[in-house]
Amino acid sequence: MVELIAKSAAAGLLPRQIGRVSLSEAVFRPITGISPYAGMVAQAAAAVTAAHGVGLPGPNRLVSGKGAEVLWVGRNRWLLIGPEPDPRLTETAALSDQSDAWVSVLISGADAAAVLARLTPLDLRDRGFAIGTSARSELFHMPAIIARTGAVEWRVMCFRSMARTLVKDLSVAAQSVAARAAL
Amino acid sequence: MRLATGGLIDRGDAVSFRFDGHSYTGFRGDTLASALLANGLKVVARSFKYHRPRGVFSAGSEEPNALVTLGRGPGAEPNARATMVELREGLEARAQNCWPSVTWDLMEVNDLFAPLLGAGFYYKTFMWPRAFWDKLYEPLIRQAAGLGALSVTANPDRYEKAYAHCDLLVVGAGPAGLMAALVAGEAGADVILADEDARPGGRLNSERLQVGGQPGADWAATVLARLEALPNVRVMRRTSVTGVYDQGTFGALERVGQHLDTRAPDLPLECFWRIAAKQVVLASGALERSVAFAGNDRPGVMLAGALRSYLNRYAVAPGRRVTVFGNSDDAHRTAADLLAAGVHVAALIDARPEARCDLEVPFYPGAVVSQVKGRMGVEAVRVKTASGTQAIVSDCLAVSGGWNPNVHLSCHLNGRPVWDAALAAFVPAPDAVPGLIPAGAAAGVMSTAGCLADGARAAGVALAALGRKVPDLALPEAEDAPYRIRPLWVVPGRGRAWLDLQNDVTVKDVQGAAQENFRSVEHMKRYTTQGMSPDQGKTSNIGALAVLADATGRGIAETGTTTYRPPYTPVAIAAMGAGAQGAGFAPERFTSSHAASLERGAPMIEAGLWYRPSYFPAKGEATWRQACDREIGWVRNAVGLCDVTTLGKIDIQGPDAGALLDFVYTNTFSTLKPGRVRYGVMLREDGFVMDDGTTACLAPGHYLMTTTTAAAGPVMRHLEFATQVLRPELDVQITSVTEQWAQFAVAGPKSRALLSEVLESPLDPAEWPFMACGAVRVGGVAARLFRISFSGEEAYEIAVPARFGDSLFRALVARAEALGGGAYGMEALNVLRLEKGLLTHAELHGRTTSFDLGLSGMMAKKKDFIGRAAAARPGLLAGDRERLVGLRPRGPVQQLTAGAFLFAPEAPATRAHAEGYTTSVGFSPTLGHSIALGFLKSGPERQGETVRLVDHLRGIEVLCEVCAPCFYDPDGGRMRG
Amino acid sequence: MRINCPTCGERDRREFYYGGAALARPAEDAGPQAWDAYLHLRDNPAGRAREWWFHESGCSAWLLVERNSVTHEVYGVALADGGRS
Repeated sequence: MVELIAKSAAAGLLPRQIGRVSLSEAVFRPITGISPYAGMVAQAAAAVTAAHGVGLPGPNRLVSGKGAEVLWVGRNRWLLIGPEPDPRLTETAALSDQSDAWVSVLISGADAAAVLARLTPLDLRDRGFAIGTSARSELFHMPAIIARTGAVEWRVMCFRSMARTLVKDLSVAAQSVAARAAL
Repeated sequence: MRLATGGLIDRGDAVSFRFDGHSYTGFRGDTLASALLANGLKVVARSFKYHRPRGVFSAGSEEPNALVTLGRGPGAEPNARATMVELREGLEARAQNCWPSVTWDLMEVNDLFAPLLGAGFYYKTFMWPRAFWDKLYEPLIRQAAGLGALSVTANPDRYEKAYAHCDLLVVGAGPAGLMAALVAGEAGADVILADEDARPGGRLNSERLQVGGQPGADWAATVLARLEALPNVRVMRRTSVTGVYDQGTFGALERVGQHLDTRAPDLPLECFWRIAAKQVVLASGALERSVAFAGNDRPGVMLAGALRSYLNRYAVAPGRRVTVFGNSDDAHRTAADLLAAGVHVAALIDARPEARCDLEVPFYPGAVVSQVKGRMGVEAVRVKTASGTQAIVSDCLAVSGGWNPNVHLSCHLNGRPVWDAALAAFVPAPDAVPGLIPAGAAAGVMSTAGCLADGARAAGVALAALGRKVPDLALPEAEDAPYRIRPLWVVPGRGRAWLDLQNDVTVKDVQGAAQENFRSVEHMKRYTTQGMSPDQGKTSNIGALAVLADATGRGIAETGTTTYRPPYTPVAIAAMGAGAQGAGFAPERFTSSHAASLERGAPMIEAGLWYRPSYFPAKGEATWRQACDREIGWVRNAVGLCDVTTLGKIDIQGPDAGALLDFVYTNTFSTLKPGRVRYGVMLREDGFVMDDGTTACLAPGHYLMTTTTAAAGPVMRHLEFATQVLRPELDVQITSVTEQWAQFAVAGPKSRALLSEVLESPLDPAEWPFMACGAVRVGGVAARLFRISFSGEEAYEIAVPARFGDSLFRALVARAEALGGGAYGMEALNVLRLEKGLLTHAELHGRTTSFDLGLSGMMAKKKDFIGRAAAARPGLLAGDRERLVGLRPRGPVQQLTAGAFLFAPEAPATRAHAEGYTTSVGFSPTLGHSIALGFLKSGPERQGETVRLVDHLRGIEVLCEVCAPCFYDPDGGRMRG
Repeated sequence: MRINCPTCGERDRREFYYGGAALARPAEDAGPQAWDAYLHLRDNPAGRAREWWFHESGCSAWLLVERNSVTHEVYGVALADGGRS
């Protein structure tokens, strides 16, 4: 027998405080990919709502409820974050365990949006990117899911294997922003 | 010479700087150019070709003469325009294009040979003798050519890139731009106001004009403060909008740190912005042009508007006795400003015979300047009137040939500007860029009041397009004088009359181009180099094409302009490449075993974006080969362990999952039973192999596809295309789960023993035959196990959620070592698969077919699949194609190399006789000699034959025996256990 | 360049992967000429063009983009699968 010890994607890299931005790794919670079968989006949404209290949001959105969050991540794809998925969800959708597939970094502070504006082509202004918006895009040269979780808090999810580059790119951008703020 | 009063400089803040090794003092608010003029320096640069002494000519980014190198060492920046360099404490600048100094330059000898060095001289002069070109002419010309010089060492400065989004981008913050931003800002639109100056305001900072009852510069400052107080307006100072791209995308360069006395190490020097804007007001103003006459390049000759900038903004008089020459009322404004500053006006020369003058200065209507006297500076100006010529003693000549609306950005999407005869200038074509509204002087509106009104109008147009109400804002009062100009391009006469000061192009050069039949303006540009280099002819283009139009007997409109392309002003590559210095821009991907591998001293190699261990060195080993051979021995005789996480893993589910696999693989997968794995080959639609790998059936309608490391992304894209475009009727869901799993190959005769130790229940060989798969548990964690082999031994791959990868890898290595084995790296993995004749992308290189690879048998006959039709083309099934073979050395030379060509033993080693090539080679410790895979014409039919391997690059020739690709355990008994 | 993805909204071109001319895949037995045309013959129009674009860093939808190869004007963007999923 062996004993397996879990290690988070950004272990040893975070947290960091740079200027008016803090970077921290979001705590581990189960993440399940949900892709409804053909013509079953409404049924899958109903099943997710019945089991976990939140439905399947529209494009560029996330919804959160008690202990569960669902975010849209692309064409016919959602992520359920928080609970272990109800087994009955498999009747309407293909499920995939993605708990370990992502590194999630929270970027918070007054300059959070300015830091992200160095890295992503997304329009992050309030009007188009209110709290609860979650978009897929790029962070510098990495695929990313960028969500706004608060007035000055954002969450970036990238591939787990790219955790080090993600932290590096965010840190470099934050250093530049901090140096400008100090002028 | 600094004036006693006035200017927008801070006289309480003296700033010391160095130019060409000498120390000077200026004031905060100066540019390097204004400070040099204030210190009485006339000659600040040498011209590109003839090394003629040159002085400051303009006061903006259009400067053709005053190019300097800033700083020293790795971060030195060549070709900075002194007119755009803000003075800072400790600034160090050097003149360019001169040796030993700017005042005494040995290369000035070029000017004596000017008759031999006219436009296109190198096409004619350096023709003969032919052999001299490579050895003498070209090296000499290269030595002399080029503006400025790079340090040729890595630039240590930090640069930055960033994105911005807005409803309205206003380019330029003169009266039109300020007014447009104010109207749009008050309307609540998201506005970005970008201005290349440190102090926005445009001409308002350079003229003695009242706006709204206060000095123009004060009005500009008030409006800026108001704009900056609006949360929806972002004012970007020191930011030049450099390019217009499709669908409202703009490039802009912000100078962030260059102007500071001290710069924090993290502060970027410059930032390259990508701005997305729905509407744009182009309020880029106008650029003044000169008039061509003999000696018009002498230090002390400058544009009249620039002279007013130095007088009014910087409180600097560029001369003590100034002559003013022009063809519009601007000349009179210049003379009036000189008088107001207490500077002697030697003469006011107005080319318009009908002009009147109400100033107390010597006035010459209907006259022109025919020549400037003086070499290191203006000494006298020769005036030609109806009654004759006379010399006027002067040390400075202000020239105005009129104003060219700054149409540059309006032309970046192929738009051509339109000639306006009344203005004698080009103006932007209507709708040249979708959503771009030219306003103010950029649109040909030349009065201050006109610009303010036009800015407001443009904002109204933009707001209407954005669906916003236009606020009711009163326009401030301002001068509204008419712009009366009589076009004047050239004053005929003896001596060289200059058009392009940066490239030393004269009127005669342009006329010569026309004589040589370079009649198109684009050809003239290439022949003479007029309009090239950092300034791109901003002060000379229109004058040059007027000369060309005259020389070719056409109108200016008909002659047209050259093509305006981004960038408007130079952009450092370092700014565009920000974030890519050092390690580069690409993300680095690390497996969960990375730290453990580094602890074992494994050198890493890049595989796509991934880093994988090359080998795991042991004590006493001197070379990688020793480690590799040892690791291979472990796998063949005990057990080896290798991280294979990097292979792509795609989860495929749904009622039509099998149908999708049948469609993308050449072989059939819909018949694969749960708990089984099958090897598959995937083709491109053109019939060539795209990728290979195993796919496991985890449950009915649920598969896990494996791709090669490099093809994971392309295969996912391919599957999306297949399901969305080609077969949208399929009910199948695909998800990449590469990142979810840490996966390790456990290979070797003791692999089962090892796994039985770590799994919660031991492996029963009857339940785990070759190509079986299923769920297992390890250390309380649900895992997946696949009995597949890339080594030819009994082998398994075990996958756990990635967060347990580090822990499982360490546990597996420890147990493998206890069993007489251990971790192996990419070198061993490659030789192991080579011994078995298994494929990688060295063989699947995009030009090989299933037929070439001996995989024709895997092509199902009874189903359609991607690539099937094309793969059946006769040419792709010809027996004499280059097909996969194994090779082993036969003879004294034993070294094989990849990428070498194969020839018949006696054939010449030339391209026409090549019969194939090698793709992979390695030393097989199992067989005791080198082995190779390659492609050989009719290869499978030539087993036992001898071919000659020739590596022309490394100078290696080896006789080889052609054999089957599989060198080891061809029956697969070991693999099947 | 910006493309208005029907799902995600207007996005920068760097999120997209260009997939070539939008042609219909011939039937399995369409014959060599039809396959040759599909694989290799391109019109290269100066003007209106129909192209596949993949919103790779966005919603992962393949898009049918109609645009002008001279002016770069985009006339329309549609989901390749017609909106079913």
